[in-house]
Amino acid sequence: MRRFLIPGIAVAVVIALLALLAFGVSSQKTNSSIDAAVAKGAFPVAPNSHTTLPDLGSTGKTSLASLHGKVVVLNVFASWCGPCVAEAPILEREQHLIAPHNATILGVTYLDNSDDSAAFVHRYRITYPVIRDVNGNFVRSFGTTGVPETFIINRQGKIVAIRRYQLAGNWLQQTVARVLQEQA
Amino acid sequence: MRRGAAALAAILIATAGATPAITTASAAAAPARASLTDIENDVMCVACHEPLSVAESPQAYAERNFIRVLIAQGMSKPQIERQLVAQYGPAVLGKPPANGFNLTVYVLPPAIVLVGLGILAYALPRWRRRSRARAAAPANATPPPDAADAKRLDDDLAAYGG
Repeated sequence: MRRFLIPGIAVAVVIALLALLAFGVSSQKTNSSIDAAVAKGAFPVAPNSHTTLPDLGSTGKTSLASLHGKVVVLNVFASWCGPCVAEAPILEREQHLIAPHNATILGVTYLDNSDDSAAFVHRYRITYPVIRDVNGNFVRSFGTTGVPETFIINRQGKIVAIRRYQLAGNWLQQTVARVLQEQA
Repeated sequence: MRRGAAALAAILIATAGATPAITTASAAAAPARASLTDIENDVMCVACHEPLSVAESPQAYAERNFIRVLIAQGMSKPQIERQLVAQYGPAVLGKPPANGFNLTVYVLPPAIVLVGLGILAYALPRWRRRSRARAAAPANATPPPDAADAKRLDDDLAAYGG
């Protein structure tokens, strides 16, 4: 019995290390289940909707849950991101179109310092609300690993469309119009 | 006279030795001025998951500019690191904070070394005792045959032409 003690301890240590490695790798994995669900038409509920994040430029906080009942276009951006600059006027124009229909764009800053984000908002005359995801955990739950990304969330708080790259053409306008029509 | 000169020399030498020591102590008390190179080595580019010193992404450039602004404001390295954590989260630090899952980074290596040392402390004396006992034992440890067996062996050898 005693002759198995040391090999037993060694095997237990190796198993524990492998389990730790597996846990570490799985916790770093990108979440692509939202994309798959949306592609199948099984619209998933937006994750972490009750997480409150600080508003950019004020002391207030906003959560997706606080916007429940509105169509929300969640746009993840950063001031250092070139394509985000190109998107800014498209999003601002859209905000003016959809705001009267109980809908809003919600900007979420990604790995960006608040001064740069505020300068970006000022430079591109952004009027829609912007919140700061300081450690990136909120957008990571949406499977975000880069910017820009855009998620359209319906009045029931479900993700109905995703754009994992720069907005172009009329995709935003057409998709939001369709969602507003369905939800009228 | 000679004694007086020796005492004076001793005092001069002691004073000369003490002056740089005092200067060093006062220099150590003052907070070191932060430098971009020093900070870059200890923080990460949060978007590209690389040390900032080697990262070349747009986010890395933005982060470097932010650090430059904080250095220009006269902040020390710990203050700048705190600001970076406030803006980018704890992932910006090269050394993760010692809590949650990150704790394993600090706990596991010494724990593995301790377990290894424990195993060696337990097993080594036994291995040495076993090998000493093996060395001390006679090469042929077979007991000699008793009288009856010895007689039968002799008879067999005689019978088969021995």
